[in-house]
Amino acid sequence: MTGRLRLIGRLAARDLRRRRTEAFLLLLAFTAATATLALGLTLNGASNDQSYRQTRTATAGPDVVLSLNPDGSAMATRQGLAQLAALEHASGVTGHSGPFPATWVPLGGNGHTAGAQVEGRESAPASLDQPKVTQGSWLRGNGTAVLERTFAQALGVTAGGTVTLNGRSFTVAGIAVSAAVPPYPRVCDDGCEDTTSMQAGAQTGQVWVTEADARSLATRSEPLYYFLNLKLADPGQADAGSSDITWNTWQSISWLDSKVILSEQNVMMIFSSLLGILAIASVAVLVGGRMADQARRVGLLKAVGGTPELVAAVLLAEYVVIAGVAAVTGLLIGWAAAPLITRPGAGLLGTGASPGLTAGTIVVVMAVALLIALIGTFIPAVRAARVSTIRALAGSARPPKRRARLTALSARLPVVMLLALRIAGRRPRRAALNLASIAITAGGIIAMLAIASTGRVSFLAPGGSGLANPIAEQNGQVMLVVTVMLGILAAINVVFITWASVHDVRVSSALARALGATPEQATAGLVAAQALPALGGAVLGVPLGIGLSAAIQHGTTVTYPPVAGILAVLAGTVTAVTALTTPAAYASNHRPIAQALHDQAT
Amino acid sequence: MSDAALVRARGLRKEYGTGEGLVRAVDSVDLDVAAGETVAVMGPSGCGKSTLLHLLGGLDRASGGELHLAGQRVDQMSERGLARLRRDTVGFVFQAFHLMDELTAVENVELPALLAGKSARAARKRAVELLEQVGLADRAGFLPPALSGGQRQRVAVARALASEPLLVLADEPTGNLDSAATLEVLRLFETLHEAGQTLVIVTHDARIAATADRLISMRDGAFVDETRLGGSAAGSLASLAGLDG
Repeated sequence: MTGRLRLIGRLAARDLRRRRTEAFLLLLAFTAATATLALGLTLNGASNDQSYRQTRTATAGPDVVLSLNPDGSAMATRQGLAQLAALEHASGVTGHSGPFPATWVPLGGNGHTAGAQVEGRESAPASLDQPKVTQGSWLRGNGTAVLERTFAQALGVTAGGTVTLNGRSFTVAGIAVSAAVPPYPRVCDDGCEDTTSMQAGAQTGQVWVTEADARSLATRSEPLYYFLNLKLADPGQADAGSSDITWNTWQSISWLDSKVILSEQNVMMIFSSLLGILAIASVAVLVGGRMADQARRVGLLKAVGGTPELVAAVLLAEYVVIAGVAAVTGLLIGWAAAPLITRPGAGLLGTGASPGLTAGTIVVVMAVALLIALIGTFIPAVRAARVSTIRALAGSARPPKRRARLTALSARLPVVMLLALRIAGRRPRRAALNLASIAITAGGIIAMLAIASTGRVSFLAPGGSGLANPIAEQNGQVMLVVTVMLGILAAINVVFITWASVHDVRVSSALARALGATPEQATAGLVAAQALPALGGAVLGVPLGIGLSAAIQHGTTVTYPPVAGILAVLAGTVTAVTALTTPAAYASNHRPIAQALHDQAT
Repeated sequence: MSDAALVRARGLRKEYGTGEGLVRAVDSVDLDVAAGETVAVMGPSGCGKSTLLHLLGGLDRASGGELHLAGQRVDQMSERGLARLRRDTVGFVFQAFHLMDELTAVENVELPALLAGKSARAARKRAVELLEQVGLADRAGFLPPALSGGQRQRVAVARALASEPLLVLADEPTGNLDSAATLEVLRLFETLHEAGQTLVIVTHDARIAATADRLISMRDGAFVDETRLGGSAAGSLASLAGLDG
């Protein structure tokens, strides 16, 4: 047993040393998949809790924020305020601030228009929920305003600047953060849509003005509503007592703050699945392509008494080693990169939490890496184990598939297409892997474009603010990174597939040249054999990407990328595949014909 | 040298490696092959006869010397020119057949015509005619693995003739065949010879060499002997070769 293990290890180590480039590219493919998976799983346990707690402490954040939304009548307002007043002294309430009047108004600033939830405050600090000023000062009297930090950043407004509220000019006294209000663009997630349209609500930020200004800004269509902040001995013992009063605990506000991370986690989990599939394709293509090379070794192992299991183990060992190294590397990358993604944003104080690796994450990532190696190697390993010893010793590759219809069709096409279709038809599974690999990558890019266009639709549409959406931006950055990783993996697959194809068709290409095809025709045929499935994959990637974008948005909306973007993806895919394929195809078809034919004869 | 020579080589060389590792696979060879002539090249393994054949057919480039084929200077041709030469002027028959296993016999034979840009219909018509000519019309739809060695080589000969080449180059055409299959192929070459096809056959089978108009012996890349055999091909090649039953 020890001897067998030593033999398997020795053969795997030598093969890794002999084929360093392939091993490195495969390691890269595995690592991309495992790192993304590790990151997604690490984010699973991450939240903005730490930053939220820090902000809550700095702003004397309340346990509960009650919002009263009366129907605008004086009677309802009086009754509602009386209920709030009663709650200030309810059992278990240890402190309060407010009620503060608020209204929704259109805001103009720095060339943008948006919605603003304007909350009236005194110049004196409140005992509960006193926003922490991070730039400038707190309210200096009527005609001044303090903007929530994320909102101010999106507007590009700083302390000392001016904004208009309902057309009236206000001086921006300062910029601040608060733990009582979710940061832009989530302000209305806790209910201010009740008084504004959904469209406007999605683009609303928080602004503090004096109480007098808040009252004067209210209109009949946008009447005042009120916030009461409570400190509770035990939040579970309090009761709102009225359907007019909305009850928001600090936990629910914190959850809204974490939505950025939750959204990113969703993106990471979806894309890590795609990267895993691509990694499987990489292994399958590489192992399948190398089977011709390894056939003699398989034959020798069998001739000296190696069992089919030993043969399969030898083939598998190398990829298991790579998978193991990639899993460890991926875990480290995921762990190191997590704090970059869990940064809290401008709405909270402090830096992002550093979520640690859990035993579950380590086990899952290691298991997935191993599974990728097993799935990718399974068919070639079984095939090698079953092949007859004599045939393996002869080193003969698996005979190519015959495609009668394809052959007949290609006879009617120009020489380059004739060669391309016949090359692609020889190994249909490889062509399918090429297609799938490109489809996944193109799908990722299309999804990114679709989601980017969603951001533009929501924020730049007529009546929209034209503001950046920080959540969409952060998601976009994450998607860009994982899409680049998808692109790298797809490029690796294209290179592997090209290598395998070049190796596979070296004799038939040489023969075609011996029979009169020019090197340019043979090269173009080989390139087109890769580019055609790639084009098919890119076309398939369009609906796949649209579906992915819907999944990332939890199926709430189906959005379509711009036509120019789709065309660019199609053209870019074919161009990239052509560029990646041409060097190997060129080199192969500029070897002396006699040498290539001699390879098979010997 | 005759002006009518289809092939004319002067000081043709092919070298591999440099310095002490220099190997002269073909060493300053002079050769003329007249149109309609059958020339056999013999010699031990590794003497350079296959390399010579590759140079003559434009499968490989010479290191030096001159090579003319049908009045064209081959050694200075571009890759595209060589491709045109292989497509229009030369037909190859290989020892290992080099048929595409995924294509049927008729699809293999029509391939050169398709590569030459002929229509699918014209290419198929010509391929069927050639398979009839080599006696394999009933095997047109068979894949190579389903054919015997002799049949495969006959398909390869038919493919070599697809573009009506001026010169057919055969590299050990019977090297992988048993006696019966060798006879099949010899008879085919006999027919070609009678039809005036120019042939250069590389072999180390003396029985095949005996059927040529001229026999050239090679050693260490150079011609060491040349024998004119006196047009024996006018008779039965197979009888001369002692293979006739």
